[in-house]
Amino acid sequence: MAGVTYDNVTKKYGDVTALKNLSLEIYDREFLVLVGPSGCGKSTALRCLAGLEEITEGEIRIGDRVVNDVPPKDRDIAMVFQSYALYPHMSVYDNMAFGLKLRKTPKDEINRRVHEAAQILGIEPYLDRKPKALSGGQRQRVALGRALVREPSVFLLDEPLSNLDAKLRVQTRAEITKLHKKLATTFIYVTHDQVEAMTMADRIAVMKDGVLQQVASPQELYDHPVNLFVAGFIGSPAMNFFNGTLTGDANEMYVDTGAFRLRLSDETAKKVNAYLGKSVVLGVRPEDVHSPEFLPTDVLGAAIHARVELTEMMGSEIYVYMVAGEDQNFIGRIDPRAKYTMGQEVEVVFNLDSIHLFDQDTEKALL
Amino acid sequence: MAAGERSTKRKKILNDILVNGSLLIIVLIWTIPTLGLLVSSFRTRTDISTSGWWTIFPHKEWVLVKEMEVPEGLDRKGVMTIEGATGTFKEFRAGIETPDGRRVAWVGNRRLGKIQIQANEWTTRTDFTLKNYKDVMTGKQYEVRQPNGSVRIEQGDNMAGAFLNSLTVTIPATVIPILIAAFAAYGFAWMRFPGRKPMFILVVALLVVPLQVALVPILTDYVKLDLNGTFLAVWLAHTGFGLPLATYLLFNYISSLPRDLLESAFIDGASHFTIFLRLILPLSMPALASFSIFQFLWVWNDYLVALVFIGSKPDVQVLTMRLAEIVGSRGNDWHLLTAGAFVSMVLPLLVFFSLQRFFVRGLLAGSVKG
Repeated sequence: MAGVTYDNVTKKYGDVTALKNLSLEIYDREFLVLVGPSGCGKSTALRCLAGLEEITEGEIRIGDRVVNDVPPKDRDIAMVFQSYALYPHMSVYDNMAFGLKLRKTPKDEINRRVHEAAQILGIEPYLDRKPKALSGGQRQRVALGRALVREPSVFLLDEPLSNLDAKLRVQTRAEITKLHKKLATTFIYVTHDQVEAMTMADRIAVMKDGVLQQVASPQELYDHPVNLFVAGFIGSPAMNFFNGTLTGDANEMYVDTGAFRLRLSDETAKKVNAYLGKSVVLGVRPEDVHSPEFLPTDVLGAAIHARVELTEMMGSEIYVYMVAGEDQNFIGRIDPRAKYTMGQEVEVVFNLDSIHLFDQDTEKALL
Repeated sequence: MAAGERSTKRKKILNDILVNGSLLIIVLIWTIPTLGLLVSSFRTRTDISTSGWWTIFPHKEWVLVKEMEVPEGLDRKGVMTIEGATGTFKEFRAGIETPDGRRVAWVGNRRLGKIQIQANEWTTRTDFTLKNYKDVMTGKQYEVRQPNGSVRIEQGDNMAGAFLNSLTVTIPATVIPILIAAFAAYGFAWMRFPGRKPMFILVVALLVVPLQVALVPILTDYVKLDLNGTFLAVWLAHTGFGLPLATYLLFNYISSLPRDLLESAFIDGASHFTIFLRLILPLSMPALASFSIFQFLWVWNDYLVALVFIGSKPDVQVLTMRLAEIVGSRGNDWHLLTAGAFVSMVLPLLVFFSLQRFFVRGLLAGSVKG
């Protein structure tokens, strides 16, 4: 049981900087998800913690112990790899017992732990099989079990679900979450899939180009992304962005995108007063685009004019791809009762209370 | 569109025929002489020296039907007519075919010869014997005429000694380089140490050095060290000559093992040595097996290195050298060579067939990903 601290960690491969001054505190018993596009340094961060890579600068602590120079086996961690990395020539039992045997754990203790882990994961019937005789999901459980028997203080999971098919992935996702609750241990989970991140995490750390962008709970991350990247990365379909300028005056402030002009609420206007006349990016989540007839009563809306390009029926909602003005493409998740057809000229309403504004130069959130 | 498809299809068929056809030809080129050797090894000495091995198959041959004296009163220097055939002596010597399908041949010289009437019949020569193998295995018996006129039978060398010597040379000369090379390959593939790259390049560069250039210097050193003519000398020589290829082959295989597997073992607490023993060696079985087959066959069949470093003293002589001697100083016993060759092939064949499953079965199947 221990928290993990990255203190100003930098990792360079020759001239390439994979991690840049990463400072991140992971609390004891937390489920933290590191998320980001491929090559963003999330796996590197995990591997540095595991001790598979040496860090160039900074300090990594597990609990209170600085582990910079501690070999992987003494860090009290266990790692689950994307490829599972099962030892192909050993049975499931031996795969799980391997680490314990190397630590000279007594035989009956090994036996107890392996069976316990196998029972938790439901792989007891397969203990004598070789990995190649197992399905993808079963192999994944063995990989988890191998980490489990070690009873480490921190679990590291490197995209453990990406080799599973969609259905199994959803199922295993829930199981890993349950496992975390049951074990009450620190989990650090790396993924590029924002859905996995949102559904599993206590807190999410979003990374890009080796730089940590934001650490927050899923809800916080969704509602208040600190910059354009996080705003665009979290959420599916992604947030709509419109380039524009802040016009008007302190009493009546507008975002002018060229295609349309949106009057900001007084509350919002007060916050961005200093940016009057500057270039901004307006962000609107697809679910904040409404059809006027089916507008929820509590929404403070502003209507704009758009042309429907394409509709995708999802059952509970429709994804409507629209163009405002000449080329301002955006997507709305709209009530399925609104019967939009291709080419139709429509009015849609943006929810003014949940719009996002970003500085166009620094890409930082203004609200 | 359809025409294009048809032409690509035709191209594919043509391609298949070319590939399979040339494979078939190569297979035939390799196997037919081997078959011939095998057949010859079971034939008698006279058969081998008078007819080809393919005569064991049904074929048409002139068979003697009747032998008779040359009829009286013929002009033996001019044109004669015998048994319906007409010709000169020279033509009769070559044999003259009569219209009824027989052949009249003159055997012997012009004065004392006889006439043979032969018929063209289907025959096979299946006069097989195990004597060649017996002679090879137990040693040929030589008749030695004593000064007093009596004949003494002497038992020649058998192959058993040479067979054992070959084993004594081959097994260590296969195991030693593989062991060293596996360690080296693991080091080159998965350990970081200064000079790793230059050293590996050196190893690869050594691949192209022909072993002949090293024979004389090594021999000089062996003589100084008093190693020449010992098994140790030839083990060391084969190890040295085999190491570059072994290291290179095993490096290619070991470096292609999934990195995750090793890292997982590291986190599990394994040292480099444990990883090598418990993971790398078992997983590299296919590569180890294929290289040991290479090395085994190479050493087993080697003549040159054995000749230079061991020599032909009977107590250390290897099979290839024994085989070369079996033919006799004038090639008079070459029928024994066929049997000897097959005896010497038994072990390589056994090795190949017992290890070949490692080529077929990929041990890695199912370890990583689904």
